[in-house]
Amino acid sequence: MLDKIWESHLVDAPTGKPAIIYVDLHLVHEVTSPQAFDGLRLNNRKVRRPERTIATPDHNVPTSDRTVPIADPISRKQIETLRNNCAEFGIRLFDIGDVRQGIVHVIGPENGYTQPGMTIVCGDSHTATHGAFGSLAFGIGTSEVEHVLATQTLLQFKPKTFELRVDGELPRGVTAKDMILYLIGQIGTAGGTGYVIEYTGDCMMSLSMEQRMTVCNMSIEAGARAGMIAPDQTTFDYLNGRPEAPSGDAFAKAVARWKQLPTDPGASYDLSKSYQGADIQPQVTWGTNPGQVRGIDQSVPSPSEFDDATERKSTELALEYMGLRAGTPLQDVSLNRVFIGSCTNARIEDLRAAAAVAKGYKVSGDVSAMVVPGSGQVKRQAEQEGLDRVFKEAGFDWREAGCSMCLAMNPDKLAPGERCASTSNRNFEGRQGKGGRTHLVSPAMAAAAAIQGHFVDIRDWAYKA
Amino acid sequence: MQSFTVHSGLVATLDRANVDTDQIIPKQFLKRIERTGFGQFLFFDWRFHEDGSTPNPDFELNRSELKGASVLIARKNFGSGSSREHAVWALDDYGFRCVIAPSFADIFFNNSFKNGMLPIVLSEADVEELFVRAAEYPGYKLTVNLNDQTVTDEFGFVRSFDVDSSRRHSLLNGLDDIAETLLDEDKITKYELARTW
Repeated sequence: MLDKIWESHLVDAPTGKPAIIYVDLHLVHEVTSPQAFDGLRLNNRKVRRPERTIATPDHNVPTSDRTVPIADPISRKQIETLRNNCAEFGIRLFDIGDVRQGIVHVIGPENGYTQPGMTIVCGDSHTATHGAFGSLAFGIGTSEVEHVLATQTLLQFKPKTFELRVDGELPRGVTAKDMILYLIGQIGTAGGTGYVIEYTGDCMMSLSMEQRMTVCNMSIEAGARAGMIAPDQTTFDYLNGRPEAPSGDAFAKAVARWKQLPTDPGASYDLSKSYQGADIQPQVTWGTNPGQVRGIDQSVPSPSEFDDATERKSTELALEYMGLRAGTPLQDVSLNRVFIGSCTNARIEDLRAAAAVAKGYKVSGDVSAMVVPGSGQVKRQAEQEGLDRVFKEAGFDWREAGCSMCLAMNPDKLAPGERCASTSNRNFEGRQGKGGRTHLVSPAMAAAAAIQGHFVDIRDWAYKA
Repeated sequence: MQSFTVHSGLVATLDRANVDTDQIIPKQFLKRIERTGFGQFLFFDWRFHEDGSTPNPDFELNRSELKGASVLIARKNFGSGSSREHAVWALDDYGFRCVIAPSFADIFFNNSFKNGMLPIVLSEADVEELFVRAAEYPGYKLTVNLNDQTVTDEFGFVRSFDVDSSRRHSLLNGLDDIAETLLDEDKITKYELARTW
């Protein structure tokens, strides 16, 4: 599939130089674009294809009352800068106050912008999310953002292909989030470096589009710039009727084209690994990178369990930062905060899963928990389904859409030493706030942890009707 | 873009694997709208104590004898995580011209070249040897030669490194990618016109 998309987007392939690849869709947010637009102005250049570019503020936006001006002057300035740049260069902006505003990797797919066979880029590493549609989607730096704005192309060396196959069935209570955490634990945070991962196998293909997005989203945490899943009827059904997707005759034509995309039977990959869905438990990260993860039945590891000296040292540093002792069962780790949100897990199915757990229960007195929908549209749908009432009655804080506490560039952050169960994608030191301790989990696991005040095995959860 | 040909400089070592871009430049500093001024925030949470201004004496780069270091040596998977190019800007603004490690994360590796910074891959054994030498020789320096593709010291360490020829060419000449691509603008137009879908 990578080869097919690469070939159809090749503008030029000079020998001894990177290829020039055409970009179908360029997503822009406020953090990685200011310097790129400045570069255009300095060099007297325009945006080549404003119609292939969409923007939204997401990293800096407060998730609380949005009718008042943003308190942090630097955040406010960065968002105003995006607003001004979009106006100056003629780019469609989904701004605060627009129901279509939200996390950039949520709004692209839900509006039908993201389609199979496309090349999609954004100045954000979780652009890999869009690969769930069978597109080649990856994160780029600000210099490359400027290059795409000016030329609608990117200079790229062709990556290698890595088939990551999961067959069988996920046990009850085990989700796409657990699957990708498990896979990262298996292949390591650099296991995919230099590759585009193609996720295959009947277990993978049984996932819904939102679940596929969760998997592809975290490809970068395994070192792979992009991850993709072949489009199929699930994909076509998802796109049918979405505002920016083709419609009528054009939709039928597009589907016919999209059906040609999946990897040909018998094609070979540069690397292949296989796993069984049945082997996967609900996962919890214990350390300071997403590869430092274990199943809920297990305990915090000891440095002595690792043969490699660098791994041992990493483990020591991680245990110290996280304030954990080797041998502690993960189910004994108690929490102060819970964050349900982020481009990994803030779509309607994620909120439904968390609400089903929370229904009829109350958040533990020791925990402060929040739910941040991925976009204004997700929020609206959740409210139509009454999920917000379920969360509020249980004592969760119900917020406006944005990146929120995934990365603490806005008011939502952890205080030093606070321990958080988070449905986001990174548990690096200080990610959610300096000194903050992050454990990555699925939405259901996060909701259950909020209620019990410590991690629990969601497979044993007593759901209340 | 600044060019890179031959550089000799003081070495600083960072004995950690998987150094992610959140450590290199924490997110609160990404709110700037300029490309400059990020050096003061490099490795912020490791360099400074809680108050954000008192240097942490335990952090390697804070040692007074490493002031002015311009060659950074680190362990595997340097620059993992977020795509923020600000990580490269911070290293560059702080004074580093190159980073030597057994491996780099892809996006960081790519971003380095866009800013005239040279990321060099050497074997784990060679990197370990450099750590040993840096600890042994006060004021340890390395010379990085992009023309010859060599890394040498004053005590007999000589190693070659690989670098893609087009990247090497761009770095040696300080070429601007966008200007280069626009030389082929007709090809982009041709592609757009030929597209039927």
